[in-house]
Amino acid sequence: MPELTIHSAGPGVTVQDLGRAGWTAQGLSRGGAADRLAVLEAAALLQADTQLAVLEMMGAGGVFSVDMPTRIALTGAAMQASIDGTAVAPNTTHLLPAGAELKIGGARQGVFGYLAFAGGIRTDPVMGSRATHLTAGLGRVLATGDTLPLGADPAPDSTAERLDVADRCSGGVIRLMPGPQTDLFDDATLAEFLATEFRRSPRGNRQGVRLDHDGAPFAAKGGLSVTSDLIVTGDVQLTGDGVPFVLLAECQTIGGYPRIGSVIPADLPRVAQAAPGTSMQFEMLTLAQADATAQSDHAILRSLRAACQPLIRDPHDIADLLGYQLIGGVTAGDDLESD
Amino acid sequence: MARHADPVFCPLGLDGVLVRFSRVLTPETNATAHAFCDRAKTAAIKGVTELASSLTSVRIVFDPDLTDRQSVTAALRELLDDLQSADTSARRLWHVPVAFSPAHAPQLAEAAKLAGLTPDQAVAEITGSVVRVLAIGFAPGQPYLGLMPAHWDVPRQSDLTPSVPRGALVTAVRQLIIFAADTPTGWRQIGQSAFSVWRPDSATPFALEPGDAVQFSAVSDDTLRDLQANTDTNGGARCEVLR
Repeated sequence: MPELTIHSAGPGVTVQDLGRAGWTAQGLSRGGAADRLAVLEAAALLQADTQLAVLEMMGAGGVFSVDMPTRIALTGAAMQASIDGTAVAPNTTHLLPAGAELKIGGARQGVFGYLAFAGGIRTDPVMGSRATHLTAGLGRVLATGDTLPLGADPAPDSTAERLDVADRCSGGVIRLMPGPQTDLFDDATLAEFLATEFRRSPRGNRQGVRLDHDGAPFAAKGGLSVTSDLIVTGDVQLTGDGVPFVLLAECQTIGGYPRIGSVIPADLPRVAQAAPGTSMQFEMLTLAQADATAQSDHAILRSLRAACQPLIRDPHDIADLLGYQLIGGVTAGDDLESD
Repeated sequence: MARHADPVFCPLGLDGVLVRFSRVLTPETNATAHAFCDRAKTAAIKGVTELASSLTSVRIVFDPDLTDRQSVTAALRELLDDLQSADTSARRLWHVPVAFSPAHAPQLAEAAKLAGLTPDQAVAEITGSVVRVLAIGFAPGQPYLGLMPAHWDVPRQSDLTPSVPRGALVTAVRQLIIFAADTPTGWRQIGQSAFSVWRPDSATPFALEPGDAVQFSAVSDDTLRDLQANTDTNGGARCEVLR
């Protein structure tokens, strides 16, 4: 089986997929990638399915190599990357030759970068998923010297593909849907909440991100005496001191803090990818408006797949055009990657 | 005459409906939620992919490719009739050994005093009660057990204890928890078991199910040490199937 070697790793590199659904009753949240869309984008680019397991890199990447040629894709946060010194563009497939050094730096924009391999990471699934769930103690943060099994790339010589991806690392207006405890907040508090500009706090991880704002804290009726109830990823929870947290992949399953609403799945990647200091504001949708945005992972993958295009480079962008073999027919494909 | 449960239906995420039977936890509201969850499981509603009960509510998850909120809600409403007559007795009774010596129960005296009891009386009440798994959550496999009698309505302490060990028995607000992992907490530690409620490497990663009954038995420090050393028995916890 092909193998990935981690020569160095940032502090938050883990194996992730779309998570482990179905265990809420037993207290285990779904987990999986903090930015699920990035995994689906990688799956679309590499023609993989929704089971694809990738590396999630929180804040910074690392240095990697493989022992068999495989196509890769980088999605999610923008991270400076190179293969043996040649720059690698995001949201594009690249051939990583055996033994070449893939170097991925810190996030220039966004928080969570994803490195996907065409054959996927093939660690043994636990309870139906390969996702590392740090708070549950499933799997662990990867470190220098670790190796991971990969699936073989079924078609390493495929034409390179790219996917146009809208920016989702700059915060902006985040859409909420009402939840079971929205009515614990009176109209004035809710209006104030929706009029407030928040900043993503430096405090955040795979469980959730804290939001800072100027002004008074937000209080719920009944405050601390709310009966604990079921939580979902995306819920915006107001802690005892009235500070909002948006809950992410590894949130707890039951909690007693009141929740003002829930970020719709389509907008949650923008919360996860907001670096500390990024501004965000909330808009409350009606339930019908929110439900109209529902899309299964399979449906999202289908539309992303349809949006992938073969990588065609504009001759104006090629500095040494005369150096190219323009009439000799088929090339290995990897020369398109050399800038 | 059959009474009709009158829960509130709320959205909980784009793929979920929360059916909430009360905002107040009582043994009755908890039993009703569990009975409804069982009934919804049996009903196998089209497009429903997951069910989870909590203290007073049930979350129903559906696949938006197969169904929608209106259809799921309508199907769930059909299941409300005569819910109170459902058999809510426990399917399983767990017997769990616990050490209550001061070394393993650093806050037993304090918790007992707040409940108006001596430590011995408190241990007698805990081991003499059969509590139910009201919900599992916060951490994987971690049970909220209760309800203890009203005098056990002891508030959480205002300061967090930095770390209480896995297997600890803790109490607050008429409930008991067996901790799934070492954790900081505002609940008071009143005992220690060797029971692992979450064993990810096991064929049965979660020992307990919502609705299970649990009875604690007091053991000596020596017995606890033996149970902790012998990992094959999962802390000496024994499961008796009732129905």
